[in-house]
Amino acid sequence: MKECFGWTGTVLLIDLTTKEVTLDHPDPAIYRKYIGGRGLAGHYLSPHATREWADPTLPILIFTGPLTGTLAPTSGRGTIMSRSPLTGAICDTSVGGRLATQLKYAGYDGLIITGKSDTPCGIEILDSEVQITPSNLHGATSNEVFTHLESSILTGASVACIGPAAENGSRLASIMVDRHHSAGRGGLGLIWAEKNLKYLMVKGTGETHVHDMDALKETREDIFRLTAASPVLMGQHGFSCWGTGSLFDLMDSRSMMPTDNFQKTRFPNAHQLNAAAYKKKFVSQKHGCSGCHILCKKIAQDGRPIPEYEAMAHFTALIGNHNIDLVLDANDVCNQLGMDPISVGSTLACHREITGQEYTQKSLMNALHKMAQGDDLGHGSFFFANTCGRSETSMSVKGMDLPAYDPRGAYGMALAYATSTRGGCHLRAYPLSHEVLRKPVATDRFSFSGKARIIKIAEDINAIVDSLTACRFTFLAASLEEYTKAFIAVTGVQISGQDLLETGERIYYNERIMNAANGFSASDDDLPARFFTEPGTSGGGVDIPPLDRTEFLAARANYYRVRKLDENGNPTPEITKRLGLDQ
Amino acid sequence: MKRLCDKYATKLVTQGLAAPNDPIIGGLDAELVWNRPDPRIEEFTKLFDVLSINSLVFSKPAEPYATILDFLAGRTKSAIRPEDTETRTFLHDIPICREFTASAMEVNLKKRKAVIIPGEGIISCGTVSPEQGFVFYSSTIFACFVLFFSDYLNKLRNKTLDDEYREIFQRVVKNLPQPHTTLPQQVSGPFTDEDTVLAAMAESGRHVVGYGLVDSFFGNISYKLNGTVYISQTGSSLEELEGCIDPCPMDGSATTGLTASSELSAHEDVYRRSNYRCILHGHPKFSVIMSMYCDKQDCPNRGKCHIKCTECRTVEGIPIVPGEVGTGPTGLCNTLPPAIASSGSAIVHGHGLFTAGLNDFNKAFERLLDIENQCRKHYFNMVKSYE
Repeated sequence: MKECFGWTGTVLLIDLTTKEVTLDHPDPAIYRKYIGGRGLAGHYLSPHATREWADPTLPILIFTGPLTGTLAPTSGRGTIMSRSPLTGAICDTSVGGRLATQLKYAGYDGLIITGKSDTPCGIEILDSEVQITPSNLHGATSNEVFTHLESSILTGASVACIGPAAENGSRLASIMVDRHHSAGRGGLGLIWAEKNLKYLMVKGTGETHVHDMDALKETREDIFRLTAASPVLMGQHGFSCWGTGSLFDLMDSRSMMPTDNFQKTRFPNAHQLNAAAYKKKFVSQKHGCSGCHILCKKIAQDGRPIPEYEAMAHFTALIGNHNIDLVLDANDVCNQLGMDPISVGSTLACHREITGQEYTQKSLMNALHKMAQGDDLGHGSFFFANTCGRSETSMSVKGMDLPAYDPRGAYGMALAYATSTRGGCHLRAYPLSHEVLRKPVATDRFSFSGKARIIKIAEDINAIVDSLTACRFTFLAASLEEYTKAFIAVTGVQISGQDLLETGERIYYNERIMNAANGFSASDDDLPARFFTEPGTSGGGVDIPPLDRTEFLAARANYYRVRKLDENGNPTPEITKRLGLDQ
Repeated sequence: MKRLCDKYATKLVTQGLAAPNDPIIGGLDAELVWNRPDPRIEEFTKLFDVLSINSLVFSKPAEPYATILDFLAGRTKSAIRPEDTETRTFLHDIPICREFTASAMEVNLKKRKAVIIPGEGIISCGTVSPEQGFVFYSSTIFACFVLFFSDYLNKLRNKTLDDEYREIFQRVVKNLPQPHTTLPQQVSGPFTDEDTVLAAMAESGRHVVGYGLVDSFFGNISYKLNGTVYISQTGSSLEELEGCIDPCPMDGSATTGLTASSELSAHEDVYRRSNYRCILHGHPKFSVIMSMYCDKQDCPNRGKCHIKCTECRTVEGIPIVPGEVGTGPTGLCNTLPPAIASSGSAIVHGHGLFTAGLNDFNKAFERLLDIENQCRKHYFNMVKSYE
C-alpha cells in the first residue's frame, strides 16, 4: 500500500507444514473495509471458517490494529482468532501484553499461521527474520516457557505460549502472553497444540508511523481527561487501583453474583473475598499492557497475578469456596497449565452440582490437574454435563461457559449472552457498562425495552474497538468520537465515527455469516433454561425473578430485526451484499 | 422507549430548558417511537436511518437560552468552543448547522454529541437512552450561557463590546429568572441511621435541582455516617437519587463505590480534614462565570487556568481552585479538599460550587444558594462598574 501511516501494509504468513514464510500486502481497500485486529482477522478467517479445529489448514490469526504501537491510549492490544474447538463458532480474543505492539514494530499488521509442524516448534520473529525452531519445551508450563526463553531473547520481546492443557487436548486451553496476560476463551490454545506450535516470540525494532502527531497528542489528552473523570477506571474504587476485582462487591450488592452454579445470585462470604481482601493479603502492584495508562492488572508480591473479577467469582461463589489463598492458587495453576479460568470455574461448578461433592484444597487442585491432563472435565461444562446426561447443569451458551454476571440481574446482558457470536461472552456488547456501571448513562437493568438496538450498536462499537485496536475498558470513559480522531490522526484516513460503526456492523455480520455456515441458528442464540425457571436471590429491596421467556424471545426477535437477520437469526443476502460480504 | 421519550421531554420543560410542548424526542428499538407528533419528525426519522443511534432529542431552548445560542452561533463560523469544564471534558466543541435538513445534521452529529441549528434549536442523540441526548442538550445550554456572560464581561472590561452584544445582553438579562431568596425546609441532623441519611440526601438533591443550582451533569451530594460516605452515583440526577446512592466505607474494606460520583475522593478528603458531615455540589451558573473571570491579562497560565492557576483567587471571599473532574494528576481531588475544609465552600474553576455542612444539608444548601446569589450580584456590579 502507498500510505504506511498506522498500518504497515504487510501480513506475514507462516506454513508450519512446509516451513514456508511469505508476505501478503493487502489492498488498501481491505484495510478500509476491515480496519485491523478482529476485523482483518475475520476477513482472513472467512474462507476457512468451516474447517475443523484439527484441520492443519485452519489458520490461527494474530492481528494488530492501526493504533497499535502509537500514542493512542490503550492501543497495545491485538486479536488472536480462529474457529473455537470448544464451541465450533468463530472465536477471537483481545490479547494484551506486548505481543501486538512487537508484531507491529517488527513490520507486520498480522500473522497467519497454518499447517502442522512434524515436531514441537516455536516461531521466532525478529523484524524480517523469521525462524521456525524445534522446541524441547513440550509439556512445559507457561512459566517454564517464559523463564526458559527470557534467558535467550532480546529485551522487550514478547512471548506467547501454550501450556500442557493444550498439548493434552483440553478444549479449555488458553494462550498465555508475556507471563501475566491470557487469550483465554474458546480453547484457541488447542489449535496451537494441534499445529505443534508451543510458543511464538516476537521482537520488532521499527515503529508505527503517525500521520499527524499533534492531532494524536491532542486526542490523547482528551482521552486522558475523560479517563481521569471515570470512577470505574481511575476512581479510588476503580480498575486502576484494584483491578477488575473491584467489580466483586458491586456484583454481589446488585444480586448478580453467580453462586452455586447460578442457582443463587448473592454470596454470603463476598465481603471476605473481595478486592480489598486481596490487596490487604497479597499487597499487589500495578501492571498493564503496552501503551496503557490504566494498568488494571494486579500482581501479588510473590509474582503471581491477582485473579481477574471473573476468576475471583467463579473460584469462590460459583463453586462454594471460601478460601482466598485457594483462589490465587487455582488461578495461577490455570495460567501455568494454560486453561481459561472462566470455563474451568464453570465446569467445576457443574461437576459440583451433578455430584454433590464439595471442593477441598486438595480435590480442587486435583481436578485442575486432571482437566489439564485430558480428563472429561477438561472439555468444558457443556461436554461434561452432556456426558453425564445432565445438560441442564451446563451454564453455557453455544457451549461456551458464562462469565460471572448473572443475566437475571441485567436483561441486556441476557440478550447479549444469547446473541454473542462467540457464545457465552459478556464482552461482545458489554451491557454491564450502562446496566450497572452507568456509562454512558444508566439504563433499566430489569427491562428489555430498547435493549435490542442498544446491544446491536454496542456490538458494532466493540467490533471496531477490537479492530483499531484498543481496550474496551477505555470506552467506559471515552467514546468513538475521540477514538475516531485518533484513527484519523494516525492513518490520515478521513472518516467519521458513524462510518466506523458501519464498519463494525460489517465485521459483526461477517462473524454471523461464518457461524451460519457452521450451522448456528436461533436455537443457539439462547440461554440455559435455569434462567427462565428459577429465581435469583432477592433481598434488600430488589426482586430477582426468573427471566420472562416470552419477553426474552420478543427481545431476541427485535434484535434479529435490528441486526437485519432473518427470523432464524441467519444473515440475509441483501444485507450481506450491502456490506460487501458477498465477494 | 416511549416512556423514556416522554420522561425527558417533560424534564426539559420542568427544568426550564425548553418551552412546554416543544421538545421532540424519538426512541428506536425495533420500532421508532416519538413523544409527540410533529411535521419535523419526517426529517428527523431520516437520521435514524443513517446514524447508529437509538434516541434523538430536539428542541428550541427556552428563553433566554435561545437568544444566547442564536447570538453565539451568528458570530461563529463552524463550532462554538466554550472553556468551561463540561465542554473541555465531554463536548470538546459545539458545531453549528445552518440547514434544517437531515443530511446537514447528519454530517455534524457524526462528529459531535450535540449540534446547534440557529433559529431552530439543539439536536443531540444517544446510543443507549434519550438521557444522553438530554445531558448533551443541557450541557450545551449551560456551556453557551457561561460563555455568553463571560465574554460580555471580558469585552466590556477590554472596551471591545459592540452595540449588538450590548442589546442582546439587555434582552437576555430581562429574561433571566429571578434569584431564589427563601430557603427550603429540610430535615435536621445529625442523622444516625442509613435510612434517614438516604432520605435526607434525596430531599436535598431535589431542592438543588428545583432551585436551578444544578445544570448539565447533575453535581453530586454526600453524607458521612459512622466511617462510611454515602454519595450519589456517577451521572445520577440529583432529583432522582432514590436507589442511586453508594455506601463507601472510608477504611477501604469494600469497593462498592465503583459506581460512585467521580468526586468521591475529594469528598472523602474533605471529611478527613474537617468535622463536616455533608457536602453539596452544584453547577450554579454565575458562580462558574465568576470563577473564570480574571483580569490578569499577561498571566503565563492563561488558557490553562483550569489546571494551572497558582493565584489565591476568591470571589466574595469564596476560594476558587483549579482542578479537572476526577482523580488525575490535575484533578480537583488535589485542590478542593483543603479549600473546603478551611472555609466550608469552594468554587472549582469553570466547573461548579462545593459547600459543606456540619450536621445536615440546611447549612450546605444555604451556602450554595447564598454564594450563587452573591456571585450573580457581583457579576452585575462589575458590569455596572465597567459601563
